[in-house]
Amino acid sequence: MTNHWVDIKNADLIIVMGGNAAEAHPCGFKWVVEAKKERKAKLVVCDPRFTRSAAVADFYAPLRPGSDIAFLGGVINYLLTHDKIHHEYVKHYTNASFLINPDYKFEEGLFSGYNPEKRSYDRTTWSYQLDKDGYVKVDETLSDPHCVFQLMKTHFSRYTPEMVAQVCGTPKEAFLKVCEWIAETAAPDKTMTILYALGWTEHSKGSQIIRTMAMIQLLLGNIGMAGGGVNALRGHANVQGITDMNLFGATLPGYLSAPTDADIDRKTYLEKRTPKALRPNQMNFPQNFPKWFTSLQKAFYGDHAKPENDFCYDWLPKIDGAYDTMAIFERMHQGKMTGFVCQGYNPLASIPNKRKVADALAKLKYLVIIDPLATDTSEFWKPHGEYNEVDPAKIQTEVFRLPCALFAEESGSFTNSGRVIQWHWKAADPPGEAKSDIEIIAALYLKLKAMYAKEGGVFPEALMGITWPYRIPHKPSPEELLMEINGKALADLTDPKDPTKVLVKAGEQLPNFAVLRDDGTTACGNWIYAGCWPQAGNLTARRDNSDPSGLGQTPNWGFAWPANRRIIYNRASCDPSGKPWDPSRAVIRWSGGRWGGNDVPDMRPDAAPEEGVGPFIMNPEGVARLFAPAMVDGPFPEHYEPFETPLDANPFHPNNPLAKSNPAARVYKGDMEVFGTAKDFPYVATTYRLVEHFHYWTKHARANAVVQPEQFVEIDEVLAKEKGIKNGDRVKIRSMRGQIKAVAVVTKRIRPLDVGGKKVHVIGLPTHWGFKGVVKPGYIVNTLTPYVGDANSHTPEFKAFLVNIEKA
Amino acid sequence: MALQSLDITRRSATTTPAPALRQTTEVAKLIDVSACIGCKACQVACMEWNDIRDEVGNCVGVYDNPVDLSAKSWTVMRFAEVEEGGRLQWLIRKDGCMHCADPGCLKACPSPGAIIQYANGIVDFQQENCIGCGYCITGCPFNIPRIAKEDGKAYKCTLCSDRVAVGQAPACVKSCPTGALQFGSKEQMKDYADKRIKDLKMRGFEKAGLYDPPGVGGTHVMYVLHHADRPELYSGLPPDPSISPLVSLWKGFAKPLATVAMAAVALGSLFHYVIKGPNEVSKKLEDELEKEEST
Amino acid sequence: MQLTRRQFFKVCAAGMGGSSIALMGFSPAPALAEVRAFKLARATETRNMCPYCSVSCGVLIYTVGDKAKNAKPDIIHIEGDPDNPVNRGTLCPKGAGLLDMVKSPNRLKYPQVREPGSAEWKRISWEEAIERIAKHMKADRDASFIEKNEKGITVNRWNTFGFLASSAASNETGYLTHKVLRALGCVAFETQARI
Repeated sequence: MTNHWVDIKNADLIIVMGGNAAEAHPCGFKWVVEAKKERKAKLVVCDPRFTRSAAVADFYAPLRPGSDIAFLGGVINYLLTHDKIHHEYVKHYTNASFLINPDYKFEEGLFSGYNPEKRSYDRTTWSYQLDKDGYVKVDETLSDPHCVFQLMKTHFSRYTPEMVAQVCGTPKEAFLKVCEWIAETAAPDKTMTILYALGWTEHSKGSQIIRTMAMIQLLLGNIGMAGGGVNALRGHANVQGITDMNLFGATLPGYLSAPTDADIDRKTYLEKRTPKALRPNQMNFPQNFPKWFTSLQKAFYGDHAKPENDFCYDWLPKIDGAYDTMAIFERMHQGKMTGFVCQGYNPLASIPNKRKVADALAKLKYLVIIDPLATDTSEFWKPHGEYNEVDPAKIQTEVFRLPCALFAEESGSFTNSGRVIQWHWKAADPPGEAKSDIEIIAALYLKLKAMYAKEGGVFPEALMGITWPYRIPHKPSPEELLMEINGKALADLTDPKDPTKVLVKAGEQLPNFAVLRDDGTTACGNWIYAGCWPQAGNLTARRDNSDPSGLGQTPNWGFAWPANRRIIYNRASCDPSGKPWDPSRAVIRWSGGRWGGNDVPDMRPDAAPEEGVGPFIMNPEGVARLFAPAMVDGPFPEHYEPFETPLDANPFHPNNPLAKSNPAARVYKGDMEVFGTAKDFPYVATTYRLVEHFHYWTKHARANAVVQPEQFVEIDEVLAKEKGIKNGDRVKIRSMRGQIKAVAVVTKRIRPLDVGGKKVHVIGLPTHWGFKGVVKPGYIVNTLTPYVGDANSHTPEFKAFLVNIEKA
Repeated sequence: MALQSLDITRRSATTTPAPALRQTTEVAKLIDVSACIGCKACQVACMEWNDIRDEVGNCVGVYDNPVDLSAKSWTVMRFAEVEEGGRLQWLIRKDGCMHCADPGCLKACPSPGAIIQYANGIVDFQQENCIGCGYCITGCPFNIPRIAKEDGKAYKCTLCSDRVAVGQAPACVKSCPTGALQFGSKEQMKDYADKRIKDLKMRGFEKAGLYDPPGVGGTHVMYVLHHADRPELYSGLPPDPSISPLVSLWKGFAKPLATVAMAAVALGSLFHYVIKGPNEVSKKLEDELEKEEST
Repeated sequence: MQLTRRQFFKVCAAGMGGSSIALMGFSPAPALAEVRAFKLARATETRNMCPYCSVSCGVLIYTVGDKAKNAKPDIIHIEGDPDNPVNRGTLCPKGAGLLDMVKSPNRLKYPQVREPGSAEWKRISWEEAIERIAKHMKADRDASFIEKNEKGITVNRWNTFGFLASSAASNETGYLTHKVLRALGCVAFETQARI
């Protein structure tokens, strides 16, 4: 979230799209209800289903799964053609005025540089025009045909209300009503917030859907504002924190991209990641990359990391390709993996195409499960009737199951979706012999270290050399670890402006990330968390919930990264001269020669407005990108059909089969072959969560089993009648990859959609069931889903695929 | 004035007047249907706090689970898909004891002290005094109490009298994520309801209003409804509930008439009571009556 | 008022049955009203956080006992933390049912192994589990580790071993896991963030 949960109450208009906040985040949704009650805010829900969020909405608009870009592109077109944009904001805070390489093209649904064999783009032409100093050329009048604003206008001119209705199945009047309400928030003193979740990410063009909404929010001037922003409502209680710790092969803690084979040494690696400012006077904050990275190396490798050995640069593994979840399981399926650990993760249930996942797991030599619960994955080899038909004798994988503690049984910090890091305290011991995850990781590490010390082995240096300064080596304390994450000074740190002044003494905890050094005198496990445990102690444990501004910022509750900032990009809540666009909801302001106010400014505190320092300090441009060359599938969003679609062609590009589905999405051999077509699988399926359950956990909790006991699917009344299915009947749902059975819930809340004259039925598939649990046993819904994901993030396309249905 | 007073104002089947000296405030739970997302947090909080777990049932084609109130489910959400003028509304109502000011269950209850009403308005069942006759069900205009299979006693929402007694809100109210449930003095709740009704009227629900039915003397659980003119839209909320005529009869003329037969019945009852315990009394008699009726 | 004959008898018979036995002194118990005792009166309260979604609601966990040496803390109740600025004491049906997650019959209590081809779990000790897993890891790592790529560049990676890290784990667990995995040369690791 750019903003945070309580801030939702400051919105005038709340859009829930690509998510179902009332069901997936009910306690956060209270701030939507609060905005409605106290600010007279309006709530709009756009969803293929009339959800529990829609039940309390002021307006509901249906749309076909996977057509979100068409809808949102239509909104952009509406805002531009009706001139409902925040002109000053767009001009000063976005790259609307930037000039783009004249060779950039968009033709027949493809951007310039497409290579159909590789299914990828050469992005050379998606670039800025630079002047002799290396700065981007701009046209402040926004009239140059190569400026972003004009290119954007042309690009989205095709997204007419008629096209939206034809592609999305949204009635034109409903679409226009949503546009009108959104357009009202172009006023500087009106804000809209968008709450989305996996309903947007789980598409083969998920990142671009989110970008389209980000563009809308930029055009309206809603980013950085209280009650504004682009707010991803994330999944698990600490998915934000674990993302920040970057438990991804391709990134290091603090979102530092990991070295690849091309980064032959530290110098090459740093040069590529340390950008130069693209406009004069910009903060270009990533210029500090060497400080973040060097401090991480010092945290990992301690005294071993020295300038003369490139701070142990070679101890970090280099990446040679994709290692996202789907890539990992593809490798496993190809027999390229020997061992695998699932720590609190149930991939058999949560990864597409259960059959492929089960086959992959059966190719492992050993599988280790670390979990508080008996997961489905841990018993992938065990027959569970019709729900898991396997022959254990044929599966040679050795499976270990290690019991670990739950939240209540250990202390530590979680980071919520609003980036607030909060400490929690242990209440009881875990049951039986279960141990905390930290102890289990430490036990494995110490055992391996002992084995390497005794027997030797391949490249033991990093393994033997990482810091392990924990007082009880087999039981590192969460406190010690959070202190390491925050970081400390390894030598006295002096003020660069006055070398006689010591800012931080050697051995002291770091006060913030501004003091980080690239010379090895600071250690910091995660730069964005610097400041959470300064010399004063654990700020994540703060429990002062006072809210002096009334905006819900609670600055002394826990610690928000970065720098305890509650609303990021908050500089953009003020006009270029430093006055809040909306004084009644002022986040910060320029006053008395400094930035200050109701939040930690997202700006150098003494950067006078006249200097023209842009509010988007993490971009070398200093402004936000309406045109984004970094995306792998296009600098502007474009509607593509899901990989399994009921339509014969992309209605925007009916004559180019290459532009039917996302041309840059990765598809593995064997997976393309098991995509179904509308001929055999005429109905659009979409998977989702229900409020009564959390993923595949609460099926183990009795109370939740009582309130939602048995697997079901939702179908519309028209389809039910056609198929002779009555409410409560058992039905069979098939996709190209398998079939499941469940109870039919026949409902008015799903309607057949008129998509360009074709009647499209949507079938809703709640996920939560499996063969383990205290609920009635059920099928794993991902038996049905296709193995393809978003081109940028590789998040699977769970939200739009094809099935057939019949009475069981 | 204390909200949590547990001074008793009425006891079932008891003629001794209740102490009436202390002045205490009436409490109320307000269910703002317009803010309810049907998440069932109230259901779970209720079973967790009260240490009851219903059976793991089945999906019967709707979101209602458990499908009805039971001795172990003191509150359930009832979901209704209502389509009018092209607009679909999903009207979700939390069902459970209304804590009537004039409680039909208490009036109908023949067992002394099995049902009591506190000065703050809570109507509570005292299971140790319950004989399991089921008359509270007959007496209830909202069809709320249920008899447990295990012990043959009647159960229903207590409005968390144990929490209220120590100054806490009921478990369901505390948990409610959207604030659709509110708790306080009845007066405060009516004021809050006024505010919500104004908001709903502004949003086009012209018939929004408070459900505090006079037929039962008002209730200590009230609803804010978008369509207060048609409570039946909300899974059959009765438009004008009143105490069953059976109860009035029992309390009125039937009671003196019945005394003629009292001795015989009492002896019969006692016989059963001694042999089988209290649960069987009414069942046995009812069975006999049933037989008689069908002949 | 319509009253059938059966209804009339129902009212009289059962009603009198109850009250008349009570009158005769056979009431089941002295009819004193007593509210159920407040179950948390002296329980220990610990501040924690709901592990489900990213609202990360504050919760209060109540355990039996006062942390005295001989009293084993047992979790008896979990409700919302009213001080938490986001949830302000509220919980959704998942959070409100946390007690049943903590007490789930499907909690794992001991390390187990399922041998290749077997249809059963077998309980093992922690020592055995860690020893056997570490042996597997070392054997594979020593056999498959890539020190240099085909161009002779040092890459130090081990990509035949993978790890899915939990988004339900704490930041501290995540950080330590990351540090250990990189030290092993592991590159095939991920978390739920992209699912």
